[in-house]
Amino acid sequence: MKKNVKRVQKEKKPIILQSDKLSVRFGGFYAIKEFDFSIPHGELHFLIGPNGAGKTTFLDAVCGKTKYSEGTLTFNGTTNLAKLKEYEIVREGIGRKFQAPSIFPFLTVFDNLELAMKQDKRVFPILFSKMKDSDKAKIDDMLSLIGLKEQKNVVAKTLSHGQKQWLEIGMVMMQEPDLLMLDEPIAGMTEEEEEKTGELLLELKKRCSIIVVEHDMDFVRKFAEKVTVMHGGQLLCDGTMEEIQRNERVMEVYLGKKGDQANAKAL
Amino acid sequence: MQTISARLLERKWLFLALIIILLILPFFISDFRTNLLGRYIAFAILVIGLDLLWGYTGVLSLGHGIFFGLGAYIMAMHLSMESMTGAVPDFMTWNGITELPWFWAIFSNAISAIIGAIMVPMIIASILSFFIFRNRIRDVYFTILTQALVLVTTTLIVSQQSFTGGTNGITGFSTIFGYSLSSPATQKGLYYISVGSLIVVFLICSILVNSRFGKTLIAIRDGENRLRFSGYDTSMFKVLIFSLSAGIAGLAGMLFVMQVGIISPTMIGIIPSIEMILWVAIGGRGTLIGPVIGAILTNSAKTFFSESYPDFWLYFLGLVFVIIVIFLPGGLMSLVDKVKRRGGKHEKKRKEGTERKETNHSAVG
Repeated sequence: MKKNVKRVQKEKKPIILQSDKLSVRFGGFYAIKEFDFSIPHGELHFLIGPNGAGKTTFLDAVCGKTKYSEGTLTFNGTTNLAKLKEYEIVREGIGRKFQAPSIFPFLTVFDNLELAMKQDKRVFPILFSKMKDSDKAKIDDMLSLIGLKEQKNVVAKTLSHGQKQWLEIGMVMMQEPDLLMLDEPIAGMTEEEEEKTGELLLELKKRCSIIVVEHDMDFVRKFAEKVTVMHGGQLLCDGTMEEIQRNERVMEVYLGKKGDQANAKAL
Repeated sequence: MQTISARLLERKWLFLALIIILLILPFFISDFRTNLLGRYIAFAILVIGLDLLWGYTGVLSLGHGIFFGLGAYIMAMHLSMESMTGAVPDFMTWNGITELPWFWAIFSNAISAIIGAIMVPMIIASILSFFIFRNRIRDVYFTILTQALVLVTTTLIVSQQSFTGGTNGITGFSTIFGYSLSSPATQKGLYYISVGSLIVVFLICSILVNSRFGKTLIAIRDGENRLRFSGYDTSMFKVLIFSLSAGIAGLAGMLFVMQVGIISPTMIGIIPSIEMILWVAIGGRGTLIGPVIGAILTNSAKTFFSESYPDFWLYFLGLVFVIIVIFLPGGLMSLVDKVKRRGGKHEKKRKEGTERKETNHSAVG
């Protein structure tokens, strides 16, 4: 009964990203086929699935890196993402963090955040922009949030792998997005760093909706609110982590055969 | 002592020292040498723009001879109209043209010629680069395209002999804005105008690269995708910087032709366009001051060698370039940085505990 009430409340929340029968085709191959997906405001949503399931391609389609062939992607209820260019999609409020840390290596941590900050990013406004105190405050806040306060004036290429990942998350967050998309944020991190990243995600959840593509099941189990499983470019199932773990089809896909209890536990 | 020499090697002091040397040098060298040095300063102005484009934004253009040439030809057209005795310059008469074409006539006024020498390259560069960058043509494909454009430009100039002077170019100027071009005083004046232009261009570009806009340029060089996915339309930034560097090249071309007295297609063709890039590489890209020094030094060396050992110049240039690429990929400026760092270490030892952070790293890729 309690569970039902909770669900009703959730459905009330407005949907931030809606994918209807989305297909992405590379030549004759469908990387994503008729994928239905939606995420409400303020949710931390994990996207999992075996290699080649189309998870990263889905993020690419949303952020404009890859053009989708069929279906629709609707952002914030009304915005159709098909016609927008990458930078316009960003300005709408979608932030994307790539799998490999992509930062500006020869700029300082501070400068990296300064460039990413939400501002008028057309050529001439940038040309004549000046650093305001409020900008500095915003950047300092972000530096404390991602734990790089001491590295403020360090050239970004000297950061460790984990720090680079946090910096990029910080850069995307400086854009003040409504939807944050992260592609395997904890790949290559130590356990301690994973923990920190998880806590960071919970903190960021208060500011925006988050989609995380992840392979590390321990991490997913620990932090996931809701999980969507993709397989072969299609939706396999979605629900809470417990629901997913009980789902037979998911086990089949992940394990190749039914009922292997030892491996199922690993999932 | 170490700290003082280290500080002297900072960019601004280096530039100040260079300017002082350039200002007093004419008192110690002959008028002929001063004139030569004036040409090198024109090249030094040009490479500042190239450094913005290549060193900071990572866009390698092997086609700046076009914009250098546009500036030079427009000023040459003006000078030639100022010096002509008949209705048209002599070479046009020989080609059977009796009336000034419109694209000559508009530059008969000195002010329109000066503005035109800077603006025409900028406008042409923005139109060209708009379509190139919009279509995401980049890296080596862009570079090849610029080479093709140089070839197109020089071929066009040669083929339109009756309007452009063909392979002979445009020459035979006697006065500039009413002053006699052959008098040493005019030449000295032009020299100091060149030094003045160098200072102005250098200062503007220094402010630019240290601003938020400058950081955007470096970000385009090191991670254009990341920047695009941060909400920037990077192609428009590249259009602006390409156009700005073309304007600077036009200014350089204008100053060049005033001091040399001739402009021809071979001076703006493929080889000069590549040579300009060598000056930037030798000096150290992404430093602004490095390319300036590189241009002046390389050209001085070129003159020295071609006077003393004319057969060896090209071998020498090739050797220098190979040495730089292998041992000093950051150009001469990385040598300066090395010395500076050594000085910095001493300083660190002296003032124990105070951490010295290099916030404004030169960023040479």
